[in-house]
Amino acid sequence: MSDKRTHKTVLQYVGLGLFAISLVIFTAMLGLDNYRFDAEMLTAPFDSEVHQEALRQAAEENGLFEQTYATTFSGMSALQETFRDAQRIVNADIDANGVPEGKQRWEVELPDWQFKSQRVTWLKAAATGPVERNPWLWFCLTIGLGTLGGILYMIPKFRGHAGIKNDHIYHSSLTRGLHYDWRDLFLWGAVIGIIVYGFWYMDKQWFWPAVSLLITAVIVCLVFFVEKSRGRNIRDAGPDTLSAYFGILAGIYFMFFYVLLYWANQHVVAWVEMVDPLSRMLSGGEASQWFLYGLMYTLIILVMGVRMFAKYRHNKYQLLRTGSVMFFQTAFAFLIPEILVALNKPWYDFKDIWPLNYDFFFGWQLDQFQSAGAIGIFMLVWGILLIIVGVPLMVHFLGKRWYCSWVCGCGGLAETMGDPWRQLSDKSLRAWKFERWIIHGVLVAAIVMTAMTLYTYFTGANEILGLQTGNVQQWYGFLIGAGFAGVVGTGFYPLMGNRVWCRFGCPLAAYLGLVQRFQSRFRITTNGGQCISCGNCSTYCEMGIDVRAYAQKGQDIVRASCVGCGVCAAVCPRGVLRLENSGVDAGYRTVPERVIHVSEEEGVRLVNA
Amino acid sequence: MHVAIIGNGIAGITCARWLRKLDDGVRITVISDESNFFFSRTALMYVYMGHQRWEDLQPYEPFFWRKNRIDLRRGYVESIDPAAATLAFTGGESLHYDKLVLATGSRWNTFGWPGQDLRRVGGLVSIQDLEGLEEVTPEIKRAVVVGGGLIGIELAEMLHSRHIPVTLLVREGSYWSNTLPREESEMVSRHIVRHGIGLRHDTELAEIHGDDTRSATAITTTAGEKIACQYVGLTAGVRPSVDFLRDTPGLEIGKGILVDEYLRTSAPNVFAIGDCAEVRNPRPGRKAIEAVWYTGRMMGETAAYTILGRPVAYDPGIWFNSAKFIDIEYQVYGEVPAHGREGLATLYWEHPDGEKSVRINYEENGGAVRGFNLMGVRYRQEVCEKWIRGEAHIESVLQTLGLANFDPEFYAQYEADIVSLYNRQTGSNLQLKQKRGLDAVLRFLNFKTRAPRAISTPDVR
Repeated sequence: MSDKRTHKTVLQYVGLGLFAISLVIFTAMLGLDNYRFDAEMLTAPFDSEVHQEALRQAAEENGLFEQTYATTFSGMSALQETFRDAQRIVNADIDANGVPEGKQRWEVELPDWQFKSQRVTWLKAAATGPVERNPWLWFCLTIGLGTLGGILYMIPKFRGHAGIKNDHIYHSSLTRGLHYDWRDLFLWGAVIGIIVYGFWYMDKQWFWPAVSLLITAVIVCLVFFVEKSRGRNIRDAGPDTLSAYFGILAGIYFMFFYVLLYWANQHVVAWVEMVDPLSRMLSGGEASQWFLYGLMYTLIILVMGVRMFAKYRHNKYQLLRTGSVMFFQTAFAFLIPEILVALNKPWYDFKDIWPLNYDFFFGWQLDQFQSAGAIGIFMLVWGILLIIVGVPLMVHFLGKRWYCSWVCGCGGLAETMGDPWRQLSDKSLRAWKFERWIIHGVLVAAIVMTAMTLYTYFTGANEILGLQTGNVQQWYGFLIGAGFAGVVGTGFYPLMGNRVWCRFGCPLAAYLGLVQRFQSRFRITTNGGQCISCGNCSTYCEMGIDVRAYAQKGQDIVRASCVGCGVCAAVCPRGVLRLENSGVDAGYRTVPERVIHVSEEEGVRLVNA
Repeated sequence: MHVAIIGNGIAGITCARWLRKLDDGVRITVISDESNFFFSRTALMYVYMGHQRWEDLQPYEPFFWRKNRIDLRRGYVESIDPAAATLAFTGGESLHYDKLVLATGSRWNTFGWPGQDLRRVGGLVSIQDLEGLEEVTPEIKRAVVVGGGLIGIELAEMLHSRHIPVTLLVREGSYWSNTLPREESEMVSRHIVRHGIGLRHDTELAEIHGDDTRSATAITTTAGEKIACQYVGLTAGVRPSVDFLRDTPGLEIGKGILVDEYLRTSAPNVFAIGDCAEVRNPRPGRKAIEAVWYTGRMMGETAAYTILGRPVAYDPGIWFNSAKFIDIEYQVYGEVPAHGREGLATLYWEHPDGEKSVRINYEENGGAVRGFNLMGVRYRQEVCEKWIRGEAHIESVLQTLGLANFDPEFYAQYEADIVSLYNRQTGSNLQLKQKRGLDAVLRFLNFKTRAPRAISTPDVR
């Protein structure tokens, strides 16, 4: 019978089943443990006896120690109540007895931030139940089983004839994507949602959320009215209905995952507990949600990297590139930093470059480098050299691909886990206009934020022109570092393609792109007049470059955003595209010339169409 | 001036684009009964296989047409009246033109087979063909595709992607052997079988059988074999779509619309380009009708000049074409006759995996290189063209063969193997001096100092 999907083997169904089970367990395990608090764990983080006593008293009044809490939510709200009461007790004590000699009031109060920084520690210590008793079991049932399922699913893909494997991508409800109207609805929902949540994140300061909304409005106006994109129909493609239900579910799941990870990690203590033993083995330290994230990130890149090996086994460029991102993620982003920690050195990813690594110049980071001896100084110098020498030099010779699709972790995830969705990038001219304003805007924001950081670091002044450096850092981390790079950047893989962050947001990509656009030997060449305008290159360009627009004119392509993944050249059915480096000025060949058939020597007037 | 163009395929649209590029004032109307927008016909297969959406086949965003003031009109022209310079549409409307361009394309061939008009029988040329195929696909348990050419293998691949068992009937002893040399032709035949597609060589269609709903249920081959199938793909070539023009006064039609070297038909102010045009005096080695994307594009550009009073003779240049046979890419440059030619020597190298090959044709006397035929290996068109046009000697070509290589980075380079094959066959002792690389290519092409690649010039007025 005819069928609009790829046929799967029994092994693949088993793999899918195991993966689905692991996903259900992974999600459900957050509710498995109970939480019991005692006085010792509650007071342990505090040195002040006043604080300890206040917390103990408040807890007893609230009955915190008698209750067993079934969820992180009930545990959290009980903790919060206790903490508020403790604050009240401390304040009453200060009011009655006065501030102790030689101290400021803020030094003796019980501040709000203490609660935020201790809540996860408290919940983790209070956890009791199956996950707490048997972390390895749950590790195996979730991450282990998921990895196994993934591998089983990928292995049979090595059978059959090597070649382009894009059958049924637009038939699958996981990968077919959304109508742009629906996509815009999800996108605006996420953007507005994040900015509005930012109001609470910034402790109810509206200034930065308002500025961000204003900048958003300005960019929309620039693209729509100044660049006249409004009212222009774009090459709008279906599906007309919301039939990409698996894709939508996946996107929503990713978004929730990131929201929990970044902003509500108190609710994922079960996940963190589960990887605690592994963390202790690797670095000797307790796991954080970042250890969990790094571990999952690495495993996903490895498993989905195997998928890339199967899919592109005929294409050596793809094999080497995928192998490279798998290596850099495993070694540089995951293992080496853990080993450094085990050796009592700062956690450091040697391939992460400012301004993607936006806190590289933060005060605590600079202090950490300087206090870590020779290796710390090396980290600092290495990081700076990458920015001022490594990036320009490497991009000059190879294009930004050396980083974006061979080394970078974000790129690594996009090229492996994100590959099934690469076709969903928006190819319209309008999207390109948005891209240029937004990504360069983020680059400017990163530079301003870092300049303020360094000013504050060297002068000690916390404020510039009435703006608090700390607030700027916090807001940048929230909006760009977490909201854009994570929630939208990865959450929108199944809705907007796998390079949302790299294309629209990454300030390092903007920097690499500027060098690539103006000062690089890299270009994509087109093979004479052979293009048949089929559109495969544009469709599978994850960066939303309308490759065909160049190829069908015989133009060589130099675009700031091109990450050099090489997929356009791979999917071209006529062998028209090739990624190349050459010292000969690309400018000459980026004019449309080679499909022009009739000579212009007679002085034909070319209307600038 | 008002130029009406019938047909929004690559030929008609290229003509419209060049008219606008060359003249800001000309009024341009493009008429199509098939689709609202220009699309890549060669890519229809990717929609069926789920690689792309229909909209992704449109090379220009919708605003392009208004911006360039190219009026798109959906409608079917029933007849033209060259004397009155008007078109008559179905529904009674008419349109006056100053110049008319016929770019009506092709339709699939039928040869009077019994049952060829049944339901679930058809070719694959238009959007409507594709929609029809999609509509009947759920009914297909087995399919037969008739014709071993480019569309035949595409249609077989399409049906195969939907897990429908396909039998491909090929009249000759191997796939497309009237175009591909024997080794390449057999390579593709092997490849088809490897993919699990049934291949019947030396087999022709005799009759298509239907049921009481007049839908195809089986075919009989000329050998008398009956094959049950619920779909019959007719892909035995295409012919110009000119039937509606047959009675046009003053318009001479052979197989296609007859045109002179300026693409002018016998009717005043009427031009014909693309698949529907039949060139009266084709250049040596070329066919009168070449239903190929690239020649359609060249004709469109050439005609635009002539229409605007800057006559350019149509010169298709050095032959080139490309295709993809399931997973094997194919490129051809210059003279590669299927059965060779007296005095034409050939160097044929094939990879041990049997799915890559390079063929270089050259003159036995003098060694001038004439053609390249590539399977599973990409070569640069500009470099091959320059060699062919300059009649470069086979030995100098071989020594710098790396210039031609266009495969992706890190791919194995086979040029040294090809040179040593030549050495073995001829007792020479050549060395490959040039590997793959863009710098050397641009030097070779005299990049920056040479004139544009253009190959025709407008005639002096």
